[in-house]
Amino acid sequence: MKIIVPVKRVIDAYVTIRVKADQSGVETANVKMSMNPFCEIAVEEAIRMKEAGKATEIIVVSAGPATVQETMRTAMAMGADRGIHILCDEEIQPLTMAKLLKAIVEKEQPGLVLTGKQAIDSENNQTGQMLAALLNWPQGTFASKIVLESDHAVVTREIDGGLETLKLKMPCVVTTDLRLNEPRYAALPNIMKAKKKQLDTVTPADLGVTVQSAIKTLKVTEPPKRQAGIKVASVEELVAKLKTEAKVI
Amino acid sequence: MTILVIAEHNNQSLNPGTLNTVAAATKLGGDIHVLVAGHNAGAAAQAATKIAVVAKVLHSDDAAYAHNLAENIATLIASIGKNYSHVAAPASFFGKNVLPRAAALLDVAQVTDVVAIESADTFVRPIYAGNALATVQITSTPILLTVRPTAFDPAAEGGSASVEALASTGDTGLSSFIGQELTKSERPDLQTAKIVISGGRGLGSGENYEKYIIPVADKLGAATGASRAAVDAGYVPNDYQVGQTGKIVAPNLYIAVGISGAIQHLAGMKDSKVIVAINKDSEAPIFQIADYGLVADLFEALPELEKALG
Repeated sequence: MKIIVPVKRVIDAYVTIRVKADQSGVETANVKMSMNPFCEIAVEEAIRMKEAGKATEIIVVSAGPATVQETMRTAMAMGADRGIHILCDEEIQPLTMAKLLKAIVEKEQPGLVLTGKQAIDSENNQTGQMLAALLNWPQGTFASKIVLESDHAVVTREIDGGLETLKLKMPCVVTTDLRLNEPRYAALPNIMKAKKKQLDTVTPADLGVTVQSAIKTLKVTEPPKRQAGIKVASVEELVAKLKTEAKVI
Repeated sequence: MTILVIAEHNNQSLNPGTLNTVAAATKLGGDIHVLVAGHNAGAAAQAATKIAVVAKVLHSDDAAYAHNLAENIATLIASIGKNYSHVAAPASFFGKNVLPRAAALLDVAQVTDVVAIESADTFVRPIYAGNALATVQITSTPILLTVRPTAFDPAAEGGSASVEALASTGDTGLSSFIGQELTKSERPDLQTAKIVISGGRGLGSGENYEKYIIPVADKLGAATGASRAAVDAGYVPNDYQVGQTGKIVAPNLYIAVGISGAIQHLAGMKDSKVIVAINKDSEAPIFQIADYGLVADLFEALPELEKALG
């Protein structure tokens, strides 16, 4: 069984985000970029499935300018077998991404698509669900455990108030939550080897998809800053302030 | 213009986020219909009729909707979505699971996590863990959006809308429900509580969480939460997590104990009305957003706090 793992290149999670003065977006020049952490978890899970003999090939897919290949090489250094880069300089929104992935899925015929539940930049939390809809496949979102059986997957999902377990017919789409696994670091020899792995480039036109942007960003601003308050010297003072000043207890 | 709000419910009663979503819908202008898709969910449908601004409740009852399976509910939403100008759902684990699937079936985009409504097609939403706010305009219709419940006051009750039965679109057969493990708690719900107390790595263990956080929570009638570090360390279950990828809360009072204040955590609680931080590290980032900071050893401060609360 093949597994397709879509990954996104985003501003590194530990970089302080700066909004551009002209409100057109956030500063990305000379900023460290990394694989979206949730996508990293998806790559790790796919590798573990292959190591357990449940999968035969892991194909990593990413869309964007040429620089996303660096992120794809990271996934290959972790253990993905090959990559398909959808070369596109325009912004790709979730519905378009889902259509691009659908075209690749139809060609590659994987048994499973594993991806992050959301990207930490645009935070849409949509692509996996949209892809599942377009393919008419079941979806297991926010997964904290995945067990593959012969013709179905048992997925434990994080929900409000606890966990839920679903049985999904294969093929299916599963999106990963934080606690599914802890991704490995790529070892140096594997980073070297990854450079030789197959990485094909296609365009949206090759896949028969028109890039559409139904959502237009009018401006990006800084959120209102919360002012630091005061330090209190003791528990007594704290309780007094909460009672008489803040009036919240 | 008519707006469809997708109710989140447990077949008996509405999840409070539904009321916040209806309140957000009133800012769009137009009649509001509420869809209650469930199984033996008459009580939930009745509850929806009592929301003051709701004109009509669509009730679709089928075993296929008993467990909120996205495949089945999204198909139902898509079957009627074209009749509406907007389709809105709470930006909860439920709404985020179901609505994007319905959007793709309708071949339209979706705006996630709306925190403010500028006009019928222009919305504000947080990006980058709340470190930036994007104002976006959407051109596809119907307009699908998930609404962050804490950003809107709940809609008032006092209505008497009619209930209309809506035919089920059946079971897709793609998925089935096996089971649920809900964290049992007598405490207020984390997302609707007026007071929340959260513990972080500073507690050192799950036993200490029980010993130090719980007694104060009991005195305050507070819901209990945690930082990601505390959840990852296994002190408390996953659903305690407050933060970018956990729960977003905005209580009147948020008490952060032994939490340093990683961006990820702040994204989940910085809209709280009053923030108290108790931490022994005076340089902890949490103090930069706290209204009241107490630099102290939590193992001494919390028992004192419990006593002081009488």
